[in-house]
Amino acid sequence: MSTSHVLLGLLAAGNRHGYELKRAHDTRLPRAKPLAFGQVYATLGRLQRDGLVVTAGQEREAGPDRTAYALTDQGRAALAGWLAAVEPPMPYVTSALFTKVAVALLVADLNAARSYLIAQARAHTDRLRELTAVKTAPSTTLDDVVAVDYAVAHLDADLRWLRTTLARVADWHREVHP
Amino acid sequence: MSRLQARDVVRSYGPTPALRGVSLDVADGEIVAVTGPSGCGKSTLLHCLAGILRPDEGAVRWNGERIDTWPEAARSRLRRTEFGVLFQFGQLVPELTAAENVALPLLLAGTGRREAGRAAGEWLDRFGVGHLADVRPGAMSGGQQQRCATARALVTGPRVIFADEPTGALDTLSGEEVLTQLVQLAREQGTTIVLVTHEPRIAAYADREVMLRDGVVDPTGLGLDETLVPLPAAGPGTDPR
Ligand SMILES: Nc1ncnc2c1ncn2[C@@H]1O[C@H](COP(=O)(O)OP(=O)(O)OP(=O)(O)O)[C@@H](O)[C@H]1O
Ligand SMILES: [Mg+2]
Repeated sequence: MSTSHVLLGLLAAGNRHGYELKRAHDTRLPRAKPLAFGQVYATLGRLQRDGLVVTAGQEREAGPDRTAYALTDQGRAALAGWLAAVEPPMPYVTSALFTKVAVALLVADLNAARSYLIAQARAHTDRLRELTAVKTAPSTTLDDVVAVDYAVAHLDADLRWLRTTLARVADWHREVHP
Repeated sequence: MSRLQARDVVRSYGPTPALRGVSLDVADGEIVAVTGPSGCGKSTLLHCLAGILRPDEGAVRWNGERIDTWPEAARSRLRRTEFGVLFQFGQLVPELTAAENVALPLLLAGTGRREAGRAAGEWLDRFGVGHLADVRPGAMSGGQQQRCATARALVTGPRVIFADEPTGALDTLSGEEVLTQLVQLAREQGTTIVLVTHEPRIAAYADREVMLRDGVVDPTGLGLDETLVPLPAAGPGTDPR
């Protein structure tokens, strides 16, 4: 996920200070890892160096949190380009889940791989329930629902994969250790 | 003490065993999902719990009373008052409008016509189908019918809702909307839900999941062959609550 593009997007709505950007980020992407202030300023610094944002007016006691930033034309173009670009749909199959089962079969036995798959399926099921509860909580916002929907769909897909792989892992083990 | 309880319930259809000794305890206000592959006995268990079917062996208790030995008239009264039942295809009465369908359980319970009509309108509104009050089921989409059926299941203020694949006939978004409303209302009013589903995503709306496999509770809780599975921890199905 590209923090710089999110910041460019937030600045498209008008000039903002660093702390406002952090707050807006955490509101619009409620289930993301909250942005650290340091990361906001480091990213703004890079965007400024690349000419995508400029500082726009400073209050007297200048410090990073007193500086407002504005999007440049170049920044606007970069944002539009990013928004229009289709993300490559899973160009590489990389997942900690998949990798762990593969390595477990290499270095440990079949039972270790199975135990891992079962423990992971249980953890996924618990998390699925936890996130689903967010959707039915009375105070839920649409920001939350949309974020949670994304996670639910992916956990659900992972769970299907975990179950299918449990059914295949014995055959897979025989193939790895003929 | 749990309010709803199944103890060693056995039920067959002729020579076909559907339940081979199932025990389940459901606490007040709890939402329990009953899951498992097709034919594992989910619907049979739900029907036994709701007093629709009588087990061949074992006991079903509600408030400590053996309801499985009650005569049909008493069990059917229970289903009009303290229990609400919701099936995959709403099962609305085709000759009646949405409002009449929702008012029906109240009228059967002796509520006056005016009051029943007012309550029906209110429940249809809560499920976003108030504008269909005068429409018959035949002229509604599946999702609209299911919303009406859900309103009908809730209108009498039941203590327990028994729902068998209530979103099975709906697309993902409609299903989630109906279920979210059902769960929100249940939590608000402390209603218990027994929810039958084969989808993990739907089961996740429950507080816990009990998985059946070939007519018994699956101790792995994952629908796996036990002989293949090392059991690292107690599965949800063995929750002793
Ligand atoms: N009316 C019936 N007559 C004969 N056999 C039945 C009847 N109803 C169910 N069965 C059998 O009992 C077993 C359990 O059926 P049940 O309907 O409880 O399963 P289920 O878990 O609800 O399945 P599904 O997910 O397909 O709805 C199955 O083997 C089924 O074929
Ligand atoms: Mg069924």
